[in-house]
Amino acid sequence: MAIDTRPIRSSASDGPARRPAPQRDPDDDRGRPSRSLVVALLLACATLMVVDKAGGDGSPVETVRQGVGEVVGPIQAGVATVVRPVSDLPDTFRTNDALRQQVRELEADNAAQAQQLAKSGYDDARLRQLDGLRQLAGDVGYALVPARVIAIGAAQNFSSTVTIDAGSDSGLHPDMTVVAAAGLVGRITSVTSHTATVLLIIDDTSNVGGRIGTNLELGFVRGTGALGTDDRLEMELVDRNVVPKVGQEIVTWGSRNGAPYVAGVPIGKVVKVYESLRETSYRAVITPGVDFTALDLVGVVVPSGTSGHVIEADGSMR
Amino acid sequence: MRTSSTGRLVTVLLAVLAALLVQVTVLPHFAWEVGGLGVVPDVVLLVVVATALATDTRYGMLTGFFAGLVLDLAPPADHVAGRWALALMAVGYVVGRLAHDNTSDVGRLEADGARRPPLTLVLAAAAGGSFVGTSVFALSGLFLGDSAASVADLLQVALVALVLDVVFALLVVPATYWLFRRLGRERALQGMWA
Repeated sequence: MAIDTRPIRSSASDGPARRPAPQRDPDDDRGRPSRSLVVALLLACATLMVVDKAGGDGSPVETVRQGVGEVVGPIQAGVATVVRPVSDLPDTFRTNDALRQQVRELEADNAAQAQQLAKSGYDDARLRQLDGLRQLAGDVGYALVPARVIAIGAAQNFSSTVTIDAGSDSGLHPDMTVVAAAGLVGRITSVTSHTATVLLIIDDTSNVGGRIGTNLELGFVRGTGALGTDDRLEMELVDRNVVPKVGQEIVTWGSRNGAPYVAGVPIGKVVKVYESLRETSYRAVITPGVDFTALDLVGVVVPSGTSGHVIEADGSMR
Repeated sequence: MRTSSTGRLVTVLLAVLAALLVQVTVLPHFAWEVGGLGVVPDVVLLVVVATALATDTRYGMLTGFFAGLVLDLAPPADHVAGRWALALMAVGYVVGRLAHDNTSDVGRLEADGARRPPLTLVLAAAAGGSFVGTSVFALSGLFLGDSAASVADLLQVALVALVLDVVFALLVVPATYWLFRRLGRERALQGMWA
C-alpha cells in the first residue's frame, strides 16, 4: 500500500497562491490537501464502488479482497485463538459447579442405559441394523467441515457477515451451506485458502427457500437486517391460502445440487402470523433456532467423501 | 520541526492493522447489542481521528482513505468496496480541517513530544468523526442500495456507536499518540533499525 509520504511542502507550495485567503499566513496551509488530491481520492472511491457494484460476483475487487483475506485471515485466526480463552473465562467460573453436577447426572444416566442395552440381545441386533441404515444414509448424504467463527462484522456495517477459520484448503467454495447445531446459519459468499466469509440468514439481502415442516408448504424466508431483537426472519408462503400456525417448524427447501442451501436444515419456529391485506397473503415471523450473537462452532456442508477434517453423516470423524 | 515521514508511515500502518484486528476479532465478544449483531467501537475510525489530530489534514485524509480501503477489503467485509474508504476519508478531512484551521494547532505533535491534545478536543473529534463516518457509510449504503435498513435503525446504531467511540477515544487516541512519539522521530527510528 503506497501512502504518499513526501514532505508536505511539495504539494502545498503552490496552493496558497491560488486560494482566495490572503489574510491567512501561508505557513498555515502547509497541512492542507490540495484540491486535486481531494478530487482524486473522491473519484477513486466512486470508481471503486461503481466497479464493485457493476461487477457483481466477478468484479476485479473480489480478487483484491481475496488477496487481502489471505494475509489478514491467518492473523485473525491467531488473535481469535488468543482471545477465546479470555472471553470464555467468566463463563467457566460461573458454570463449573453446574457442569460437575451435569457430569454426575450423565454418568448415572449412561450407566443405566448401558445396563438396559446389555439386557437384551434383541435390542443389540436392532441397534446393528439401525447403524447399517445410518451408514447408508451417510453415503448418500452430506458431510460437515467443522469451523469456528474468528471475526464478526460490526453492526455499523449494516450487513451480517462472519469469518470462519476454514477455507478452500478444506474444500470450501462460495455458495455452500453453513449450519450450527441448532440450525441454519447462512451461506458462504467468498473464500480464501484458510478463511471463508459467511452471509448470515438474518442479513436483509438473504433469501432462503423454506418449507413448513408439518405440511410441506413452500415459502421464502427473508432476513430483516439484524436489527430488532426478536423479529429477525420473515416467511411468505407461495400458496396464499395456507395459514402458517404459531409453533410450526420451518426447514430449508433446498436448491439444485445443494447450492447455496441443502434441503431439510431447520431454520426456526413460527412465533407470529400477520395477514398482509395489500398482498392478500400471510406473513410469518420466525425466530431462528441459532443464536446469532453467540455463534462459535459451525459446520459447512460439503459432499460426502471430501478429504480433510470432516464429520461424516453417520457421526464418524475423519 | 515535524515527525519523520518513514516513522509516521510505520506508525500508521501498525496502528491501522492493530485496530482492524481488535475491531473484528477481539471486541465482538464484548459488543453492545442493539438488536441483531453487536455494535463495537470503530477503532480504525478512531486511529484515523488521532492521525488527523497528530499530523495534518492531508495526511489524515490519506490515512482515512487507505484505512477505509483495508476495512472494505479485509474479511468479513462483504459490502460494496470503497464505502468505508469514502467515509474515513471524510472523517480525516473534517477532523483535520476543524482541528487545525480554527485552533492554533493545539493537537499537532511537536518535536519534543510533550504536547498532548486537550481532552475536550479529543472527545469532540471522536464524536464528530464517529458521526460523520457512520453517517457517510450508512448513506452511501442507502444510495447504492447495498443495505435495506431503515433510517430510524441507522440512526439508532449510529448513536450507540457514537457513545462507544467517545469512550474508546480516551484509550485509542492517546495510544496512537504514544506510537507516533515512539516511532515518529528520526532518532528513535535509527535506533530501532540499528
